[in-house]
Amino acid sequence: MKAIVSVIGKDKKGIIARVSGELFDMNINIEDISQTILQDYFTMIMAVDMKDCALSFEEAASRLAELGKKTGVEIRIQSQKIFDAMHKITLSGDNI
Amino acid sequence: MYTGSEIIETINMVSHQHLDVRTITMGISLFDCITDSAQRTADKIYDKIMRKAGNLVAVGDSISSQIGVPIVNKRISITPLSLITAAGKGHMQALKALDKAASETGIDFLGGYSALVHKGMTPYEREFLLSIPEALSTTSKICSSVNVASTKAGINMDAVALCGKLIKQAAYLTRDTDSSACSKLVIFANAVEDNPFMAGAFLGVGEADCVINVGVSGPGVVAHALKQCDGANLTQIAEVIKETAFKITRVGQLVAKEASKRLNAEFGIVDLSLAPTPAVGDSVAQILEIMGLESVGAYGTTATLAMLNDAVKKGGIMASSHVGGLSGAFIPVSEDAGMIRAAEEGCLTLEKLEAMTAVCSVGLDMIAIPGDVSEEIISAMIADEISIGVINTKTTAVRVIPVYGKVAGERAVFGGLLGEAPIIEVNRKSPAVFINRGGRIPAPTHSLKN
Repeated sequence: MKAIVSVIGKDKKGIIARVSGELFDMNINIEDISQTILQDYFTMIMAVDMKDCALSFEEAASRLAELGKKTGVEIRIQSQKIFDAMHKITLSGDNI
Repeated sequence: MYTGSEIIETINMVSHQHLDVRTITMGISLFDCITDSAQRTADKIYDKIMRKAGNLVAVGDSISSQIGVPIVNKRISITPLSLITAAGKGHMQALKALDKAASETGIDFLGGYSALVHKGMTPYEREFLLSIPEALSTTSKICSSVNVASTKAGINMDAVALCGKLIKQAAYLTRDTDSSACSKLVIFANAVEDNPFMAGAFLGVGEADCVINVGVSGPGVVAHALKQCDGANLTQIAEVIKETAFKITRVGQLVAKEASKRLNAEFGIVDLSLAPTPAVGDSVAQILEIMGLESVGAYGTTATLAMLNDAVKKGGIMASSHVGGLSGAFIPVSEDAGMIRAAEEGCLTLEKLEAMTAVCSVGLDMIAIPGDVSEEIISAMIADEISIGVINTKTTAVRVIPVYGKVAGERAVFGGLLGEAPIIEVNRKSPAVFINRGGRIPAPTHSLKN
């Protein structure tokens, strides 16, 4: 499954390292990454591919949320489909 | 790849603006459960619901966690039960089966303890209707509806008169819980066959065996978008509503497609409704006030609501391959913090609410009235509201609660999504002679539109 990992919170050292480390541990591949300061918040967005990840989506989501708690930022993972649905006019395949 | 603002916009809609999918409703046809034995029919109903909907809640929860959007309710709608149990006369056995299946599947509501009597009523249908108060007061998840009129058939005034009695009885039987059974009973004109919303959901006779219908929500998202529109004119506001409705509806489309695939059911429709909840910030009334009214109920309410309703449909229609149900803005008084406040202040009156229902979905909805209002007055309220639907070729409905033992100015509390409401006084002049005449109001002409 293609998914989007979003990290939102106060900027601090090592966020990218920690999140990408956790993703690596779960065998989740990062395909794209962007980082910016939006509305006073550090915002990092990663497009990831979960096809080699042995964990269930829920388990992966809960590990990332846990890491977020430890580092004081919000970390979410959501199916790419929700962003396609809201922000693309043209849908493809079985979403029509 | 998306821009950061797009990702944040989606996340904020959920975390700050109450975006949710109100319901995944699985429609299950019960025609293949008909037998001439009451118990055998009930057993078949239970088996079929468990077979089709056994995974409904788990699948709903899994989709919700993957897309990061809450799916508040999972519901079931069935073929109007009076059609299924007519041969075996076993509606009470079937009710037990429905209640058991609703509880074991873990769903929130099951709709379809219903009858379609818009033109006439069989003796069995009368017996069935008379069982509704008991059915609603002895179960918690079962919902009921009665279609008493249609634009093609006119209004069955015998059924309208009977429904006034049923509402009063249901109110009495649940007198200890502010007559809560009435919140599970809807009286319709032009009832739709693919409605996912309660209490009026049932699966129509022209529907497939197992269908997924999804109801979206999102008044809070529209309100937030409009708050950014200081100084905008109404054309610009209509555009913002359309864009927002598009995004909300796309979420519904995604959920409906995903749920129907995983549950091996047909994708039915997405219902483009703005359904409020009692939570602060999730109110349709608030949208009208952001558009420029001091309070909902003021002059301008009908106009702003008409524009909102139309813009929601225009934005949503392109976002979904099949749109249906009740699609429009809902105005249930007890479920909308802004409506509750305006009703308490006396600014939002029953007459204004009736006018509002002419331009939006669905009707006089979740309105608490004094417990001593007569059944004839309730029937006449139904007749008035249903006439608006019949003449204007739209769905209208009545869900009023005559709160037993309480008077105007007191509050009725239903809890959860059903909220609470101030009890509103009604016009007490008697319509009894009109209601007791019985018969049918003929179907309206479709020319000479004035």
